[in-house]
Amino acid sequence: MPLSGNPIRAKIRALTDSAVTGLAILATLLVVAPLVAIFVYLIYKGASSLNLAFFTQIQKPVGESGGGMAHAIVGSAVLLALATVIGVPIGIGGGIYLAEFGRGTKLANAIRFTADVLNGVPSIVMGVAAYALIVGTHIPFLPFTGHFSAFAGGTALGIMMIPTVCRTTEEMLVMVPHAVREAALGLGVPNWRSVLSITVKTASPGIITGCMLAFARVAGETAPLLFTALGNSFWSVDLNQPIAALPLQIYVYALSPYDEWHRLAWAGALVLIVLIVLAVSLVRYVTSRGVLKGAS
Amino acid sequence: MPEIRTFQPQIQPASAQPTGPQPDPAGSAIRQFLRSRGNSALADRSFHILMVLCALTIFGIVGLIAVVLILRSDMAWHQFGLKFFYTFERDRVTGAPLYWDPVNGHFSAVPFIYGTLVSSFLALLLAVPLAIGVAIFLTEMCPKALRGPLAFVTELLAAIPSVIYGLWAVFVLVPLLRDYVNPLLVRLLGWTGFFSDDNPTGLGYISAAVILAIMILPIISSLTREVMTAVPHSQREAVLALGATRWEMIRMGVLRNARIGIVGGVILGLGRALGETMAVAMVIGNSPDIQRSLLANGSSMASVIANEYAEATSDLHRSALTELGLALFIVTIIVNALARILVWAVTRGTPEQAR
Repeated sequence: MPLSGNPIRAKIRALTDSAVTGLAILATLLVVAPLVAIFVYLIYKGASSLNLAFFTQIQKPVGESGGGMAHAIVGSAVLLALATVIGVPIGIGGGIYLAEFGRGTKLANAIRFTADVLNGVPSIVMGVAAYALIVGTHIPFLPFTGHFSAFAGGTALGIMMIPTVCRTTEEMLVMVPHAVREAALGLGVPNWRSVLSITVKTASPGIITGCMLAFARVAGETAPLLFTALGNSFWSVDLNQPIAALPLQIYVYALSPYDEWHRLAWAGALVLIVLIVLAVSLVRYVTSRGVLKGAS
Repeated sequence: MPEIRTFQPQIQPASAQPTGPQPDPAGSAIRQFLRSRGNSALADRSFHILMVLCALTIFGIVGLIAVVLILRSDMAWHQFGLKFFYTFERDRVTGAPLYWDPVNGHFSAVPFIYGTLVSSFLALLLAVPLAIGVAIFLTEMCPKALRGPLAFVTELLAAIPSVIYGLWAVFVLVPLLRDYVNPLLVRLLGWTGFFSDDNPTGLGYISAAVILAIMILPIISSLTREVMTAVPHSQREAVLALGATRWEMIRMGVLRNARIGIVGGVILGLGRALGETMAVAMVIGNSPDIQRSLLANGSSMASVIANEYAEATSDLHRSALTELGLALFIVTIIVNALARILVWAVTRGTPEQAR
């Protein structure tokens, strides 16, 4: 790039520079715009439809006004509780292995890679797999198989939580300084105890936020529930029966031709997004405050 | 070893209980038992094994998914073989293509593969320049005070559930496109044949592509940001020292070094777009058809599974849908693995702090 002399060339270079700066700012605005649009519209539509009945009543038949999504909220809670019970312990266990036992080994690298890849598997495929495994196969004497059930939906969601929980747990544990482990081991504490009571405890704020992130992610999942939990317009907390879920209900209501149901869909979406934004903000807050850095 | 017990409250401050030298009697009973077994070697070993099992579960899950999908799609595989993915039948009399008609037993994945590819690539076309623009702005230009909030905003975009994107798209985006953008496209580019105004609903490939673009933007831009910050500062300084403007510095010093990682991010975004279900199912129009017009109704692999799986009319129908799911599984695994390898190739050398 000849630097000397040519004023026109210098002008062009300066202009290109400004143009690119402008384009980058424009791109950022274009990216922020849909987010703002979604949130404004969601709050505008959702808040006007939220009322007490939304949280206390179940779906009303078509034509009757009113009704709520209490059954879907409870259903989501049941599904997410089951998913957490399945996903969190296995995920944390896997993370502990990756950070504490398998660091640098080929097996750990393979597992880390598989977890990342599993994270990218579409949720609809999880739904099909859960259907094929639990709903579509009736094994005699084995409960929950052979029909649509909350159990199948919760399992699908739980499996989806594992890779996220596993990777965030690992990342948090890796940040715990070695000196802490050495101190524990130097005092004669057995290794398992040192891992659980010292390392995991030190990293626990990070691990908990990682779990919440995974939780928030599956809380909004619809695709894996479509043909596992199926949805239900009545009260149900039975793991052996089809169950309603907030995202499923939003989907059904959004595609229905009734204005009343559209209104409920917006309100449901607002509730869901508030839940998720709270979780994500908490994660952001904890990670940016550097809880772990303080430990070292 | 009684001293250990007295030390323990000090090294685990979070659980330290103020009173009593014996923190938890239940724990101590277990400990007593384990101590009696030769210095807790048994406990250590079983803990290790338990953690390995948890980690191996991840392999197990991938294997299990593959096995059940293969078993369940067996029927369609025997009936159609590989032809399922590239041919379709035609009506004997009129010659019209019969892509997908579960009631009369016509099954072909072609229109869904077409719909998935068209909507995903259009989405990439829209999202990639924007994502790189955002990444450039955030890493190279943005004032420090804005960087955190903007990164948070893009993170939020990634956290919004697919069904809410779909809801917003159905009620806000699609009417907007239908009333303002689509007529413009028809007027300006109608001569290419890719835009015809015979679809009054506004649903279709373009709508799906736009909502997909919004959805995959965060993942592409955050990965691009990651690989761009991994470029050492000395590279930037060297280019600047030669008298380069900021853009020249970004182009030669940053983008050139980060390009493999950026490609990885784009491929990862592609993986997301291929498998995205709910939002696409809500706006693509759901007709198992191939049309030249991008404004026409279509259908993607994920959307047809979402729409038809629960109410499949026959075992063959369900088996064919499962085969689509298997194809999606294999393709997304390959795409994701490729992307991870590319991103890893760029960021591996950098220390943790530099990222």
